[in-house]
Amino acid sequence: MKYIALLYGEPDAGPAPGTPEFMQMLGEFQAATTAMSDAGILVDSSPLQPPQTATTVRVRDGETQLSDGPFAEIKEQLGGYYILDCEDLDMALRYAAMIPSAKYGSVEVRPVMVMGPH
Amino acid sequence: MAQLVGDLSLAEDCVQEACAAAVEQWPRDGLPANPGGWVVTVARRRALDHLRRESARPGKEREAVQEQAAAEPDGSAVAGDDQLALLFACCHPALDPASRVTLTLRVVCGLPTASIARLLLLPEPTVAQRIVRAKRKIRDAGIRLRVPDPGERPARLASVLRAVYLTFTEGHSPHGTSAVVRDDLCEEGLRLAARLHRLMPDEPEVTGLLALILLTSARSAARADQDGALVLLADQDRSRWDRDRLDEGRSLVETALAQRRPGPYQLQAAIAACHADTATASDTDWRQIAALYSELLRFDPSPVIEANRAVAVAYAEGPAAGLAILDTLAASSRLTRWPQLHIARATMLARCGRREDAVAAYRDALALEPADAVRQHITSQITALAAAPAPTQET
Repeated sequence: MKYIALLYGEPDAGPAPGTPEFMQMLGEFQAATTAMSDAGILVDSSPLQPPQTATTVRVRDGETQLSDGPFAEIKEQLGGYYILDCEDLDMALRYAAMIPSAKYGSVEVRPVMVMGPH
Repeated sequence: MAQLVGDLSLAEDCVQEACAAAVEQWPRDGLPANPGGWVVTVARRRALDHLRRESARPGKEREAVQEQAAAEPDGSAVAGDDQLALLFACCHPALDPASRVTLTLRVVCGLPTASIARLLLLPEPTVAQRIVRAKRKIRDAGIRLRVPDPGERPARLASVLRAVYLTFTEGHSPHGTSAVVRDDLCEEGLRLAARLHRLMPDEPEVTGLLALILLTSARSAARADQDGALVLLADQDRSRWDRDRLDEGRSLVETALAQRRPGPYQLQAAIAACHADTATASDTDWRQIAALYSELLRFDPSPVIEANRAVAVAYAEGPAAGLAILDTLAASSRLTRWPQLHIARATMLARCGRREDAVAAYRDALALEPADAVRQHITSQITALAAAPAPTQET
C-alpha cells in the first residue's frame, strides 16, 4: 500500500543553515532515506523549493487565474515529501518518525488512493 | 477472523452468517467439540467464498489475503488471538481517541449502537457516526489487524483497558434488558482482561483491571434475588459471593500495587477489595474507600468518580456531607443524564428525612429510562417512601 509523507514546518523551525546542527539534520535526512531505500519501500522523495517560488492556478468560468505563492497564510509550510510502499500504516508511521521534520515540525502520513479499473 | 480476511466489514458479516448457521445446526446436530473453532471455521469458509466471488477483481492484497486464509488449517484457529488483534486495531493511536472505545464495543464485543450510546452518555447518531468513520479509516489508511510489537503496546494500552472495562460494565449493569447481569458480556470482559494479562503480565494496570473484573464479577450471583430483581451491595447475601474469584482478585491487586506504579484500575480494584474483605455491609471501611476515591480522582478527575466518592463520604461522615458533593455535581449538565446520580441523591435525601425531595430525585432517574432492574428498584423505593411513617432525620 502506498503512502505519502508530507513534510511540514514553520519557515524558521529547525537549525539554521551553516550550523553544525544543520549538517547533523542533513545527515539524519540521509539516514532516513537510506533506511527506506534499503528496506525497498522508497518510491520517490524530494525536498521542495520554498513557498515564495510557488504559483497557484485556478480555473474559474473557463478562465485561468494565476497568483503568486500559496494563497492562505499558513504557518506550517509544505517543504518536501516521501512516497513509501509499505505493508501497513504502522510500517509507514515507523519510517515517518525517522524523518527529521517530525522533530522540528510535523509529518502527515496519508494513504495514496488506489483507482480501480474502469 | 478480521485479521485473516483483512476486511473488518466482511469479517463481521461472515461471523454473523456463521452464528446464524450455528443457531440452525447446533440444536439439530448437537454442540461441536470446539464451538468457538467451529464458528471461526465456518466464518472463514464464508469469507473465502466471498473473496473467490470477487477474485475477478485484480489486486495483490486480495490474493494475499486469500492465500493467508487458505493456509490456515481448518478449525485450529485460536479465536482469542484474533480478538486481541482486533482489539488493538480498534484502539490504534491513529484513530480519534473518542472513537476507539466506541469501535471496540461495537466490533470486538458486538454491542448494539444504542447500548454504547447509553454507556458513554452520548447521543446514538454520534456513536453511529464514530463507528462508520473509524471503520473507514482502518480500511482506507491500511491499519493492520494485529497484536502490536511490545514497544508499540503502551501507547495503545489506555484505550484498550478502557474498552475492556466498559464491556464488563455493560454486562454488570446492562441496558435494554430485564436482566440484572448479562453474564455473556461480563465473561467477555473477563476473558479479554485475562488474555491481556497473559500478553502483558508485568503491566500493573493490566493486572489491576483483571483484579477489578474478578472482584466485581465475584458478586454477580448476589446482585439479583430469586425474582431477578436488583439487590444493592449493602443488602447482598455475602455467602453467595464467589470466593475463588475474590481470592484471585485480591492476590492480583496485591501483586500490582507492590510494583509501586499505581493507576486507576489498581485503585478501583483496591476499592472492590475493601468490600470483598468485609463480612457484613455495616463493617465496611468507608473512610478508606473515600480516601481511595480521592486518590483515583487524581488519575481520572471524572464526575462519575466524584459521585462515587460522595456515596462513600455519605456513609463515612453522614448523608448531608455526601449530598453537598452530589448537589455540586448535579450542576454538571452531562452527568444529569446518568440515572445513578439521581438514585444516589434520592438515597441520601431519604436518609436526611427529605422524603419529597427523595421521591422527586427518584423520578428524575426514572425519566432517564434506566435498565429494567434499576427501574423496578426505584419504583419499590418510591412505594416504600410513600408508605413509611413520618421521616426521621439521620445525621
